[in-house]
Amino acid sequence: MSSTKAPTVMSRRELLTLIGSVAGSAVSYRAMAGMGLVSESTYKGPIKLEGNPRGASVLILGAGIAGMVAAMELRNAGYKVQVLEYNNRAGGRNWSLRGGDSYTELGGFTQKCEFDPGLYLNPGPWRIPYHHHGILDYCRRLGVALEPFVQVNYNAFVHSTEAFGGKPQRYREIQADYHGQIAELLAKATNQKKLDALVSKEDQEMLLASLKSWGALDKDYKYAPGEASSNRRGFQKAPSGGLSARPVYSTDITGMSELLKSQLWASISAGHNYEMQTTLFQPVGGMGRIGEAFGRELASVIQYNAKVVKIRQDSKKVAVTYVDAKSGGEPRTASADYCLCTIPLSVLSQIDINVGAKMQAAINAVPYMSAVKVGLQFKRRFWEQDEHIYGGISYTNLPIRTIGYPNTGYHSGGKGVLLGAYVFGPNAFEFTALPPAERVKKAYEYGAMIHPQYKQEFENGIAVGWHRVPWTLGCAGGWTDETRAQHYDNLCQLDNRILLAGEHASYIPAWQEGAVTSSIDAITRLHQHVVNR
Amino acid sequence: MKSANHVIARTLCAALLLALAGAAQAQADLTSGTIFSKGYGFEEKDGEALYKGICQGCHMPDAKGATGAGTYPALAANPRLAAKQYPLVLVVNGSRAMPGFGHSLSAEQIAAVVNYVRTHFGNAYTDVVTPAEVKVLLPTKPETGE
Ligand SMILES: Cc1cc2nc3c(=O)[nH]c(=O)nc-3n(C[C@H](O)[C@H](O)[C@H](O)COP(=O)(O)OP(=O)(O)OC[C@H]3O[C@@H](n4cnc5c(N)ncnc54)[C@H](O)[C@@H]3O)c2cc1C
Repeated sequence: MSSTKAPTVMSRRELLTLIGSVAGSAVSYRAMAGMGLVSESTYKGPIKLEGNPRGASVLILGAGIAGMVAAMELRNAGYKVQVLEYNNRAGGRNWSLRGGDSYTELGGFTQKCEFDPGLYLNPGPWRIPYHHHGILDYCRRLGVALEPFVQVNYNAFVHSTEAFGGKPQRYREIQADYHGQIAELLAKATNQKKLDALVSKEDQEMLLASLKSWGALDKDYKYAPGEASSNRRGFQKAPSGGLSARPVYSTDITGMSELLKSQLWASISAGHNYEMQTTLFQPVGGMGRIGEAFGRELASVIQYNAKVVKIRQDSKKVAVTYVDAKSGGEPRTASADYCLCTIPLSVLSQIDINVGAKMQAAINAVPYMSAVKVGLQFKRRFWEQDEHIYGGISYTNLPIRTIGYPNTGYHSGGKGVLLGAYVFGPNAFEFTALPPAERVKKAYEYGAMIHPQYKQEFENGIAVGWHRVPWTLGCAGGWTDETRAQHYDNLCQLDNRILLAGEHASYIPAWQEGAVTSSIDAITRLHQHVVNR
Repeated sequence: MKSANHVIARTLCAALLLALAGAAQAQADLTSGTIFSKGYGFEEKDGEALYKGICQGCHMPDAKGATGAGTYPALAANPRLAAKQYPLVLVVNGSRAMPGFGHSLSAEQIAAVVNYVRTHFGNAYTDVVTPAEVKVLLPTKPETGE
């Protein structure tokens, strides 16, 4: 800022312009979000790159979501585009493993997926919230059919080995009992005048009414066996028809002390998070359908099995050296006026690239996190047939952390695939360090503690430890507030002819929307540069 | 808030399931010596357990590393390990894609795993890293960020 004296009256827009020009768009975006002007993805409908690129060419590295968004939009805007991709398929982390697929991780461990036709594991992304407008719009434009992803299933389990003797609890009962007793406690404090200093008399009346409604309290402001609580936590005998119609209210409410000690309250919050609020979606047939659709659209411009090993720019062009990902062999070169690189930083930090010191420091600053997913196939869908769990997620403190039920194919007679483990943190490192077959075995053994049916019904499984994935060396970039402050803007700036995009160049790490919005932001800036040159 | 009958039913049920879970746990532990840590820190203690529980995920069971689109360097017969400070700082702070373990391992654990790697896989360095040497490098601030 040139002047230290702030203007006395400043419009909101002026303020935003000021913040934006001083500190870059990321800060401006956060300021705007703080002021309630934007609250969702920055995606604003199909991008329009107006103006003539006059034959400019762009070489795009990586055919993940970020690279393919850029390839599609730049091609539509009249650029010559070429994409180099290490894998023999499009999508990157947007990926589904299906029966017949084989997957070789680093170290040479190969797994063959033995799932029945139609069944799959999404080793990476599996859910898309309704406000990820960008990735949803590409699904629409590419004709990728969507179906609901169930995040919260009231009849799924929350489980701790340290509580309820290790017996899995229904999400529904734990949440109802927890909310109900918090409400009762607050109502009691209000009625005993303990909140007088905090809440006005007038508000107290409304507070009581709201607690009754929120916590399912009875007329005496108690969370007790009866119609109100049973309508939340379920009945001992549910109402039905005919002579056996009368309901029996449930009475086995878990007391507050036991609930608190169980820690299970920590497992009922996931669905309240912005990123996991209803409605969420999944592509019909597996998340990988998005990458496949992009791949078909871009078939003529993507070169597969191309491992980039060197990126050089000079005053006229960018030249990229690559080798055959399978056989190595003679290095080949591709060149273009500009390069949009979406290679994950875990890999890019090992590639010889001549960018400025600041961008190089940013490329080197981001460690990649650990995550593991295991898919397990069973002879029948016992979770539906025996336990009435249709889609959604059970949470546990066992090393598997998560059991995800298929959100599709309900009541189908055949086999089914569960997400048998979805793990972050230390347990993810420990799972990754095991041979794949051992990971599957562990997922089976721990899962059987929640669903004993595993023992009769298990058939086969497949396990992906993201640190062993040859083309990402990890799940996603692990930024901290400090590294973002120091490096983020430097990572995203155009460095002469080279520009980076991808999940790692976003404030929505580990979501596809981050890849989409980072790519659109990058090509918008690149296009402005090109038409103004 | 519970009726007496239900308390009994639940207790019975819980006892039964506890027995079941106990059996399953025992069964799980029978098949391998795998350690799964409970919280946000690693519970492996000696160098070998730490290597097998964490490092070999990337650097591989034989410590020879691996290459795909990127590379995990070999630790086996690696002359860079000659200066003990080098692996020490890498384990604490991380480097490029490699996460730092300064927040999730103790000084004792870091010393143990560095000493293990420097005396195995074709490495035979005789000078030892002590926990005290690690402590001065450990981050003092708790971890922030997402
Ligand atoms: C376990 C897990 C769970 C997730 N869950 C979700 C979720 O539920 N919802 C959601 O929206 N997102 C989720 N994500 C995040 C999402 O997958 C990513 O944000 C997104 O797919 C990243 O896209 P990208 O284009 O930036 O990178 P990538 O998809 O990684 O694309 C990069 C491409 O570069 C290629 N490449 C790498 N090195 C080279 C080289 N040397 N030469 C040539 N090509 C190379 C790679 O093969 C890859 O195709 C999850 C991710 C993981 C791992």
